[in-house]
Parts: sequence; C-alpha cells; structure tokens
Amino acid sequence: MQLFKHETRFDFMGKIKAAMIISGIVILIGLGSIVFSGGLKYGIDFAGGTLVQLQFKSPPDIEVIRDGLKTIGLGESTIQEFGSKKDILIRVERSEEKLEAVGAMVKRSLSGKFNSDEIIVERVEMVGPKVGRDLREKALLSILYAVIGIVIYISWRFEFQYAIAAIIALMHDVLVTMGAFSILDKEFTLVIVAAFLTIIGYSLNDTIVVFDRIRENLRRKGKLSLSEIINSSINQTLSRTLLTSGTTLLVVLALFFFGGEIIHDFSFALLVGVFVGTYSSIFIASVFLVYWASRKTAHR
Amino acid sequence: MYKNLKWRILSILIVIFGAVALAYPLKEKISLGLDLQGGMHLVLEVKVEKAVEASLERFADDIKRDIGEEDLEFDRIKAIFKNLQINIRMVDAFDLPPVKKIMEDYVVFKMVSEDSDGLGLVYELGQDQVKQIQQNAVSQGLETIRNRVDQFGVSEPTIQVQGERRILVQLPGVKDPERAINLIGKTARLEFKLVDEENSLQEALSASPPEGSEILYQRKEDKETGLVTKEPYLLKQRTVLTGETLTGAEVRFDGDFNEPYVALNFNSVGAMIFHEVTRENIRKRLAIVLDDNVYSAPVIQDAIPGGRAQITGQFTSEDARDLAIILRAGALPAPVVILENRTVGPSLGQDSINKGINSIIFGGALVVIFILFYYKLSGAIAVTALSLNIVLLTGALAYFGAALTLPGIAGIILTVGMAIDANVLVFERIREEIKLGKTVRAAIEAGFSKAFRTIVDANITTFIAAVVLFQFGTGPIKGFAITLCIGIAASMFTAVFVSRTFFDCTMRQKKLDQLSI
Repeated sequence: MQLFKHETRFDFMGKIKAAMIISGIVILIGLGSIVFSGGLKYGIDFAGGTLVQLQFKSPPDIEVIRDGLKTIGLGESTIQEFGSKKDILIRVERSEEKLEAVGAMVKRSLSGKFNSDEIIVERVEMVGPKVGRDLREKALLSILYAVIGIVIYISWRFEFQYAIAAIIALMHDVLVTMGAFSILDKEFTLVIVAAFLTIIGYSLNDTIVVFDRIRENLRRKGKLSLSEIINSSINQTLSRTLLTSGTTLLVVLALFFFGGEIIHDFSFALLVGVFVGTYSSIFIASVFLVYWASRKTAHR
Repeated sequence: MYKNLKWRILSILIVIFGAVALAYPLKEKISLGLDLQGGMHLVLEVKVEKAVEASLERFADDIKRDIGEEDLEFDRIKAIFKNLQINIRMVDAFDLPPVKKIMEDYVVFKMVSEDSDGLGLVYELGQDQVKQIQQNAVSQGLETIRNRVDQFGVSEPTIQVQGERRILVQLPGVKDPERAINLIGKTARLEFKLVDEENSLQEALSASPPEGSEILYQRKEDKETGLVTKEPYLLKQRTVLTGETLTGAEVRFDGDFNEPYVALNFNSVGAMIFHEVTRENIRKRLAIVLDDNVYSAPVIQDAIPGGRAQITGQFTSEDARDLAIILRAGALPAPVVILENRTVGPSLGQDSINKGINSIIFGGALVVIFILFYYKLSGAIAVTALSLNIVLLTGALAYFGAALTLPGIAGIILTVGMAIDANVLVFERIREEIKLGKTVRAAIEAGFSKAFRTIVDANITTFIAAVVLFQFGTGPIKGFAITLCIGIAASMFTAVFVSRTFFDCTMRQKKLDQLSI
C-alpha cells in the first residue's frame, strides 16, 4: 500500500504566502487571548497553592462543598468536576507551609454536610510560593537550554541558517500550542512544560528529515533554484512525514482518550503539538531557508 | 554482506536475554513512582536562621555565666539576631579588659567595635561558624526525621538533603498523610516552665506580659467539628528543663479511665534538676510546653525524685504514640516548613496504572495494525523491532533503577509512536530506491545507509530536549525524560541494526527479487 502512487508534485512553495497568513492569524489570536486573560494561567506548580482531589460515593452538590469550605478560610477557591461527577478537584490559593494537612482539613470541613466515609482524599498537591518561583525559573531555563543545545547541534551538522529556520519553526509550534491552551483556559503546569519540550523535540525531528533531504538534493543540484529544490525535497519526504505524524497521532489519541484525567492536558498539548509540528516543518522552516538565501543573493 | 550475520544475530539475542534478565520478574524489578503506587512526597525547608539564633542566644547565656563567675558586673548582655552580634555593656570601664580576656576563649566571635564611652563591646559571630551551624541544623534535622520515620514504620522511605537547606522526604504507600506530616514536621522542642502566679493573667492579656514572663496557649481541638479553642497561660520565660535530657518516652494508660498518657524518663542531670525544681515549687504549677503549645500545667504536689514525669492531655492513643515517637527521636534543631507536598492515594495510583496500560495497549495495537497493513512483510519486521524496543526499554528502566511514573508511561507510548519513525524512514527510502530501478538487495543496502544519517540527526535533537528535561525535571517528569531518552536510544538500535539483520536473514533464505514492502 502506498499513500501516494507516484512522487507528489505539490507546489508547497507557492502556498507559502497563504500559510504565513494563516499561521500569523492563529498566533495573533493566541497571543491576543493570552494578553486578554492577563497572561498565562499558571497551575499550582508555578503559582503556588494547593490542589485537593476528592472522590465522593455519589455526585455531590458543588454549592454545598463551597459552603463547607468557607468555614476553614483557605482563601479563594475554585471547585470543579474532574473527569466524572463524583470526582471533585478543589484548588485553593493558600499553601500549607504551616504544617497543616489541607486535604484532611478540607475533608473535615465537609464532615457536617457529607458522611465522612463517603469522601476519599485521592490526591493533594501543595506547592509553596517559593518553590513555584523556582520551578517557573527552571522551566524557562530548561526551554532556553534545549533551544541552545539544538542550535549548536544543527549548526554543526548543517549550517547556521538551518538552525535558525528550525528554531523559528519550533517557536511557531510552541506559540500556537500556548495560544490553544489560553483559549481553552487550560493551566500551565510542570507536566505541560514537559509536553512542550517533547513537542520541540518532535517538531525538530520532522524538520530535520526535510532539511536532510534538502542538503542531499543541493549536492547534485542541476539548474534548479533553491526554492524548487526545497519544494521537491518536501514532496519526496511527504509520505514519510505524514506516516510518522500519523502513527504518533494514533498513540497520542489513545493517550488522550484512555490515559485518564491527570494527563489529559498533557496529551492535549502533544496532540496540538504533533499536528502543528508537522505543518510547520513543511511550511514554516522551509520559508525561512528560502528567505535567507534570497537575501544572500540580493546582497551579492 | 551476510558474512557476519551469525554474529549479529548472536549479539541481538544476547541483548534481548540481558534485557529480559534485568527486567524479570517485572513486579520486583520495576519500581513504581509515588504517583502510581500512592504515597507522599514532601520537600521541607529547614529554618536554619532559627538554629543560628538559638545558638547565638546560648552563647550570650554562656558569656553571662563566665562574666558572672569572674565577679564582674554587667549592665546587659544581649544577642542581636539581625546582624548576628552580641552586645556587652558593663557597669564599670575597668571591667572591660578582663571581659576582653574572657572573650578570647570565644574564638568564633570577632570584636567589631567598642562603644565610645568605654563601657560596651560588640562581638560578631564569624561567617564560618554560621555556615557550620546551618549545615548541622540540616544534617541533624535529617537524622531526626529519619529516626521518626523509622519508628513510624514506612517501608522504603527516601529521606535526603536537597540543595543547601531542603530535605526531601518520600513515603511510599503512606495511609494517613495528616499523621505523617505531624510526625515529621513537628519541631518537638519540649520545655518545662513554671506558671507565673505572682502576676495576673488578665492584666497581661490586656496590656503586655510583665518582664520575664510570657503568654502561651493551650490549643484544644474538637476532632469532630475541627473547632479550635485556645486557653492562655502566663508562664515564666525561663525554661527550667528541656527535652534534651530525656532518655525515654512511652505511651502508658491511666488506670482509672484508661486514658493514654506519655511517660517520660530523664537522665541523671535532668532528674536532678527536675527533683530540685519540684522540691522548691510545691503547690505551684509547672507547665509542659511543646513547640510553644502548653500541653498541661499540673500543680506540683510533692518533690519528684527519680527523673520521671508524664504528659497528659486529651490524647487518642494514636496521638500519644506519635508524641512518644517524636520525643524519643528528639527535637529538630530548627523548625521546618513544607515547601512542596504531593500526596496520591493508593486507589488513584492503581487507576492511573490501569489507564496507562490501556492506552499503551490501544495505541500500540493501532500502530501495529496500521504498519502491517501498510508495509506487509516489512511491516512485520518493523513490528518485531518495535516489540523488542519495548523489551529493551523495560530492561533499561530496571537497570537504571528508574521509577515508572504516569508521565513515564506516556513516554513509553510516545516512544512507540516515534520508534516506528526510524523504520518508516528506512522503508520509504527503500521504496524510492526500488522505484529508481535498483535490485531489491541494492535498494535495501542504499535505503538503510541513506536513511541512517537522517535517523541519527533527527533523533539526537529529540534526545537533547529529553536530556534537558531530565536535568531540570523532578519526580514524575524525570521519569518521562528517562523513558524518552532510553526509548530513543533503543529505537535506533532496533530500527537500524535489528531490522537490518532481519532483512538480511529473509533475503539470504529466499534470494528474493521482489520485496514485500
């Protein structure tokens, strides 16, 4: 079986303008959403605070929980269902530096309203503000280090402009995914940063396969222009690109649907990332290679 | 081409057996992360500055004693926490030189200034000493916490220093997180203080406590409603006896009401002091204070020789047991606060394992079906390589002793998706070569060698990202990074070396002129 019977001759380079406009609009919408909602929405890993996941025997009334929580004064709290109506996720601002077990406190505050063996404290995550700051810094640094490492490697194996093109492509992917998170009001946590680094790695993987083909074709270039070479390189690697994205998407979809609530956002980030990464290695990375080359020739 | 085929097959078999041997039996060899088996992950910060302050206070007391023993009269000797100094003010300027002489014995202090009226001296604690105190506070704190956890009874706890002043505590499978936090985090500074009965508590509450006294509270908590009431006590600031002289603490039950209490034993020094204090203060009240909370303040009926005392309160037997553990293990040299706490209950962990395995099976099955359908016999080779990849991954996880976490499972799933990529690269290349009119053998040869460079370049960039992730990540994220790294390495081996060997095997047997790809 073959995806394409013959080598494809899609005119990718001709669609570049359209692609740029689409990418630009998507990124702008995402950035707009981030600005509009007052910055990224940090999870407790970065903002500090406490998460308590409770399981009830039967679906509880969220308002009753809210009333119960008022009695212990833990600051602003948000209460939401987590995967099912019986699983409730409570996030409070305060972190329990003072050696209080917030999970037990929450459970006790509800003991007047619910039978105490009807509630199981499934998970408590508390991050103090200091650690939150540390983690935020570490997360940013890690993305920076990853990018630097990758630039060095690609510059060494290819050329510097390839590295820049690749970085632009992966920044594109990260921006789009970040925008999607902001629009859907999802939180940024450590796990999401892990997903972002994976997307970076994955998107590069795709980009490099195309670059590798471009490099190979450049060696035996006849009268073809760079733009034509890039176009045919993308076409030659197209079925591979789609196949690999396809298999990766299959497993990420499995993770998204069966992996459970805890890594749901993680798989969502990967889902968007794989999709966008495939697109960007075809349209975005190559654009900047051509742009770079045309500027060079213009200088001559 | 087929010359070293035997050796290649042999080395593949060795690697497989190695991986299986490392990972078998799975249940024992692969340890689960706290997010999967349930448990508690705590990061504590030791308030080392408190240890420095306490030490400065002790130095000030020692200096007072030394100066008093020389029959010199001082106006005041005060520890200033802010800049870690001790201010000495004497009454008579003639006493200054002998004070300086005394201070020569305190080598950790350096004189920084002398008051212009010739009556005062300022000494500062050296930075080396400060560091030393801080380090000791952390290492002693670690030991104390380890003692407490050992007595609490948790299997395979992890307790280690993290950075300069943090302590990481991991307690797998802990059932009552609240109890564990109380047990680990209590400073457990036990003090005996006399109740100030000369002054009025009411006055002290409305104004400020008289010189030399302080107000401390007895905290009473209603276990049912969680309501906390506080009863104030006016106590003399001076501590007559501390927990440092304890030699034992155990739970006993009161004969009349069967109420639990904690019985204490002092060493000979403690016993002597306790005897003296009780003898001189009959019919007065002696408060037992733990971490500035008054536990009880019984009236001294008679002199108590023999170094025995007891702490009563409204204890459950669990409370009493924990208190005894804490007192036996000793006080923390400085208080701790919780910086991070991640606790997962056992049922949620099991739920995560099930869901993770489901998605591996489902995602894996989809990929296998698709690849078989798309590449036929060559697809079967890819699938074999893929399953081998998972075996290697499991073996490597066991070898590195890396705990499997929920994100780690996601890493395995992702590896499945991405490992197939190397095969796809090779196969697509072989197809191209066949289209160019090459023979099957030449196409395979060219396909593998041309795709190899691409595979290396593409995988190394992902590898860089994964290594960075490993460096910065904690707990579950580290697990993800490890599986990703190992997965990438394993997939290069299986997709390139193993698949190639399989291809060569089939080619040799059949001398094919057509390839099922």
